Amino acid sequence: MSSFVLMTATGLGLAALYFLVASGLSLIFGLMGVLNFAHAAFLTLGGYTAWLVTDATGSLVLGIVAGVALAAGAGALTESALLRRMHGDHVPQVLLTVGLLLAFTALVRAVFGSDARPMPVPRWMTDVTSIAGAPIPNSRFVLIVAAVVVYAALALFLARTRYGLIVRAGVENRAMVTALGIDVRRAFTLVFAIGTGLAALAGSLVALVQDVVSPEQGMSLLIFAFIVVIIGGLGSFHGSALAALLVGLVQQYANFYALTGMGDLVVVLLLAGILLTRPQGLLGRRLA
Amino acid sequence: MTSAVAPVATTGEQSPVSAPRERTGRRAYRWGIGIGLIGLAIALPYLPIQIPIVFNGPINSPGPMHLLSLMCVMAAVAMTYDLLFGYTGLLSFGHGLYVALGMYTTTVLLAETDLGLGATLLVVLGVGLVAPLALGAVCLRVSGIAFAMVTLAFAQAGAIFVIRDPYDFTGGELGRAMTYEKLPSKLVGVFNAPYRYWLALGLLLLVVVVVRWALASRPGRVWQAIRDNEQRVAVLGLRPYSFKLLAFTLSSFLATLAGAVYALVVGGAHAEVTQATFTLGLLLMAVLGGTGRPYGALIGGMVYTYLVHRLGSLSSSVQELPAVIRAPLMEPLLLLGTLFVLLVLFLPGGLVSIVERPAPDLLRRLRAALRIRASGEGQ
Amino acid sequence: MILHVDKLNVFLGESHILHDVSFEVPQGGVTALLGRNGAGKTTTLRALMALAPATGQIRLAGQEISQELTHQIVRRGVGYVPENREVFAGLTVQENLRLAERPGGPHHYDRVFSLFPRLKERLRQRAGTMSGGEQQMLALARALLNDNQLLLIDEPSQGLAPHLVTELTEVLAQVADLVTVLLVEQNLAMVRRLARHAIVLDQGRVVWTGSAEELLSDQDTTRQLLGVGVAGRSGGGV
Repeated sequence: MSSFVLMTATGLGLAALYFLVASGLSLIFGLMGVLNFAHAAFLTLGGYTAWLVTDATGSLVLGIVAGVALAAGAGALTESALLRRMHGDHVPQVLLTVGLLLAFTALVRAVFGSDARPMPVPRWMTDVTSIAGAPIPNSRFVLIVAAVVVYAALALFLARTRYGLIVRAGVENRAMVTALGIDVRRAFTLVFAIGTGLAALAGSLVALVQDVVSPEQGMSLLIFAFIVVIIGGLGSFHGSALAALLVGLVQQYANFYALTGMGDLVVVLLLAGILLTRPQGLLGRRLA
Repeated sequence: MTSAVAPVATTGEQSPVSAPRERTGRRAYRWGIGIGLIGLAIALPYLPIQIPIVFNGPINSPGPMHLLSLMCVMAAVAMTYDLLFGYTGLLSFGHGLYVALGMYTTTVLLAETDLGLGATLLVVLGVGLVAPLALGAVCLRVSGIAFAMVTLAFAQAGAIFVIRDPYDFTGGELGRAMTYEKLPSKLVGVFNAPYRYWLALGLLLLVVVVVRWALASRPGRVWQAIRDNEQRVAVLGLRPYSFKLLAFTLSSFLATLAGAVYALVVGGAHAEVTQATFTLGLLLMAVLGGTGRPYGALIGGMVYTYLVHRLGSLSSSVQELPAVIRAPLMEPLLLLGTLFVLLVLFLPGGLVSIVERPAPDLLRRLRAALRIRASGEGQ
Repeated sequence: MILHVDKLNVFLGESHILHDVSFEVPQGGVTALLGRNGAGKTTTLRALMALAPATGQIRLAGQEISQELTHQIVRRGVGYVPENREVFAGLTVQENLRLAERPGGPHHYDRVFSLFPRLKERLRQRAGTMSGGEQQMLALARALLNDNQLLLIDEPSQGLAPHLVTELTEVLAQVADLVTVLLVEQNLAMVRRLARHAIVLDQGRVVWTGSAEELLSDQDTTRQLLGVGVAGRSGGGV
């Protein structure tokens, strides 16, 4: 029983990470049609900034905030200066984000080296809290709380604000939004910045959980985030939340109860299954 | 609409006012150049030419020979990728899986079974035919971004399998060395680098011939029509699915073969080809050279591979470089990635388009396309 | 003249859809844009809205708008009611209307609700669950919420039951009192009731302009240009 609880907690923590990355990706794709490979770069940016700032100032909170702010700013800049030049042309946009990812990861390797660097983790995070006999590291709770807070905030943003309204409408029919006299480009920049900010948050949390920062952290998380986005449905915010839960838990249970490494394969099979039976994803509307 | 299947613009042959004799003359000229280049390529191991900076030693010494072999193999793989992406319009993020399949099947069979090289290669060919047929049949049920994602997912599954090595034969992250005893002696040993070079060159020539022939054939023209407007192809009564599957299978089959040659050239299998970054590199190669152009991917593959290997060794050899310059050079992807971004922004046709003169109606279409971008929502 | 179009050309891929299309829309009342299926009527409206790539000159109330983006054109006071309505199915009626509110200007909810009382009842309903007729009302309502100089309306009667078409025609008659309308329609009875001026397209070219009454009273010309008699719907050919 206690191992089940532990697995569930770990799975939820994983789901939290996936959600943080996938929600931004999903909105970016839904609204802008951009498959943002560069998301991994912002993940890494978040991790490394958090590490550097925490090292320098001793404050983890400051580190995380700095990472998120930097990534959001860089995201806004990337979108308005680079991506905007290719609106409507999906393949060049993907290519652009791929190039940015490769270049940025190489830059990080050039400046900091390819080796993983230790991340200063506060003691209380590595401490465990016992729930139903299972020793759950506190970092898991941080992940879950962060994801829940982000989910609530984004849901409110989408439901109650004017920009949220524009985003929801834009995901459905971007052209019609412009035909109502709304400059969607601002919404694009905003959504992109939100997405990259969330990626940076995920990046710093990953670093905390794994105790290290490394240049490849972004990429491995990104692939699973993509899978979550597709399973949930491209452009569906709630879909990515649901899919994140599904994928995170299934992966953990399979890894533990079946065979280590099975979890990852099961997730891939899940993706293939969804794509063959319901290509628009669990809650998605548009067919890719 | 007059012609439903318009041939892709190739250099020269679009201009309407060239006389037949002019065109034959131009074609003979190009054949001459081609044969000359091939002859030169074959002769390289006999030429003790020194090209400073470009190569570290005379061309026919082991180092440059090895680099040239890698360039040939990667150029071949890039061409197979372009067949899929540039000509059929299928963006795959899982092409590396087939190269890996070729590499690992070759290495593992030679190491774990009694099969000789010839038999192993036959198995590789079989695998290279069956695997893409099976996987392609599944992946091609969806298209566009979803297709790209399924290919990524399957490749990722392969990568995980190789790295975790559940049955203990892939060598995990470290890869697996080739069983040299089973190879013909000509292919083994540092000083036999020229033979491995000829093998790689042979692969490249084979791939070039097969790909060009396939593109000129009827299915090849259908692939290009699918890339341009899949709906129209369906309306014409052709089933896009079967043609796409054919392109996917042929492209992956050749990639698997290239993987086998790759294993022979580098002496084993390594996990790097299973990673997503490898396929992203292929994408970069194709776009760098110019997608959908006759030799774009070939040139892109060669330039990319050369830069990745040469920049790294250059920077470590020149001692007095300040760290600011040294560090980026040690990471060739920094330059290449940036170059790629600039290319996508400003020169979408790739390197080859600098040389080509765009046909007049291509310019008009380009202008119209730019106006779509200016008006923002051209959908 | 509220709208002046000069040598409008639209290319989509390799097809040349509109060929040197030129016409004028007089201020006030309804101008009908007519033609068979595939003549290029919808493409023309989309080009005016910068939703399709076009070359040529477009002047709205004397101002050159050919290089402007869609949202900029709309903010000059142009309302667009596309074919297929294109309401946001996942949003409620209220949200659809809120989204249509243009910053700064007055929002005529009273006008909208007096023309379409049914919408007021369904404010919380998701637009995707409404009937075709109700969605058409919502699409029109969105365009009427703000002050506009020109409305571009594309085949509003399509797919509507006859009694709804009658209702719609009366609404449009009232609307035309307030703002100039460029109406694409195949329902010629509707056109006859509403339009003062008519422009006919065929295969992407303007083939007739003049008074609507003059066009529709001439059976032969009508049949030749539009493919069917006056009382029915134009169409014919693909």
